[in-house]
Amino acid sequence: MSADPPAKTGPARSAPKAATKQARRRRSSGIGAPIARSRFLMIAVAVFVGLGLAWWAATGLEWVKPIFLPSPGSVATQIAKLAADGTLWLDLTASAYRISIGFLIASALSIPIGVLIGSFRSWEAGIEPLVDFIRYMPVVAFVPLSILWAGTGDTQKFLIIFIGTFFQQVLMVMDNVKRVPADFIGLGRTLGLPDRKILTRIVVPSALPGIWDTLRISLGWAWTWLVLAELVAATSGLGYRITVSQRYFQTNTIIGYILLLGVLGLITDQVMKALEKVLFRQDGHSQ
Amino acid sequence: MTVPKLRIAGLDKSFGTGERRTEVLRDINLDLADNEFVSLVGTSGCGKSTLLSIVAGLQDFDAGDLSIDGAPILQPGLDRGVVFQSYTLLPWLTARQNIEFALKAAGYDRTACREIALEHLDLVKLSQSADRFPSELSGGMKQRVAIARALSYRPKMLLMDEPFGALDALTRHQMQELLTQIWEEHKLTVLFVTHDVEEAVYLSDRIVVMGIGPGRIMQTFNVDIERPRREEVMETPAFMDLQRGVHKAIREASRRPEMA
Repeated sequence: MSADPPAKTGPARSAPKAATKQARRRRSSGIGAPIARSRFLMIAVAVFVGLGLAWWAATGLEWVKPIFLPSPGSVATQIAKLAADGTLWLDLTASAYRISIGFLIASALSIPIGVLIGSFRSWEAGIEPLVDFIRYMPVVAFVPLSILWAGTGDTQKFLIIFIGTFFQQVLMVMDNVKRVPADFIGLGRTLGLPDRKILTRIVVPSALPGIWDTLRISLGWAWTWLVLAELVAATSGLGYRITVSQRYFQTNTIIGYILLLGVLGLITDQVMKALEKVLFRQDGHSQ
Repeated sequence: MTVPKLRIAGLDKSFGTGERRTEVLRDINLDLADNEFVSLVGTSGCGKSTLLSIVAGLQDFDAGDLSIDGAPILQPGLDRGVVFQSYTLLPWLTARQNIEFALKAAGYDRTACREIALEHLDLVKLSQSADRFPSELSGGMKQRVAIARALSYRPKMLLMDEPFGALDALTRHQMQELLTQIWEEHKLTVLFVTHDVEEAVYLSDRIVVMGIGPGRIMQTFNVDIERPRREEVMETPAFMDLQRGVHKAIREASRRPEMA
């Protein structure tokens, strides 16, 4: 359990200016040394801007052929065009629907199973080694099988997302549950609570911030599996559009969609993080 | 003779099986009278925490008898309130809700829960912090809530496992004073585990010194220091003599592990 937050240390106010400056400089370059938020943002933005400029220069000066790397302008125009004629929206909703359902099914199953195997050794013996085994089978290798089993419709997308996330989630949720302090369970027992109530009133709420983090991380992977499934066999969706565009050498669409996927992943991650702060504010876990 | 509040008779406990078997407790005999405050002291590894945990019902034992008011202890229960060293406040509940959590488990209705919780927060002088979350409380405050929680559902006795071990010296003193006050006013049977001899002398009616290899009771000290006790009592010769005596007993108990 975390005790009081450590007091903020800073250079003594009465210290001479030169000494303070020197101390600050030394501290900002050391391992784990804190830096100002503004400085952090500046560096992060600079990297994006730098890469963008390099891209713009490389295409503008025609160092590379547009068929391999179109200019930022061309990508932006193409995405705007696809957005205007509705294609982008259709692709986006198809993909969002698939990832939502696939991810929900995986999570709805992985959380209760993870809680059980994290709490009861015989459940762990029954499920954990099997899950660990399946976890190491490459998801990519399941794609042909999934088409054979489920065709090329949405079900196959759900299946691939499920295979890709469920087995990881189960083990991570198990780990979240095992981190619940033993004394919390001891407390429940000394209060005479039956196992079922200890699980629902102590173990699950206690593990919830960790489980939420597990969901956030696995949602990121789910995007990857979604696009993989759509690349191989689909008639709509972001991954499908990328494959089709390759056929017509529409590199600007491909790059635009890849960037879009990055942005979508970033947005979902930030939304999950923001929700975590609201949901588990008082727990002190999020810090 | 009347039935003791807590009876521990001929208790043995070991961990593991076969060659790896280690005896942790051998032939523990200890009776606690009603409203008696007894401390278990000894070096680490003497099994004092294990003994407390067994009395709490959180661990089983190999042989012996264990009873409260003559009824055998078979499992954890609401007749024994436990205070752990690690506070164990549920972080998603406020101080008041943490106490209500226990009361609800004990079967009190909602209005009673709220009333009793506030009353006990008042007892540990935390009325002002009723709606604060554990992350907003200091270590000492957290442990006060935990004590209030353990007292709230009126257990027959209180089991405390180094409850002040993680606190700084000043807070520890304040907590000891508070606990003595509560105990002197409300009277309760307490089994208290500590490695702090001064704390044991200050709080207890009786101190039980345990030795290692395997853990067993070596010596018992009656603390005949008058109550009510306030912090000044720690400066008196009687207090310091007893403290020295207990220290010496602990040293001897841990120095001669082979002698039974």
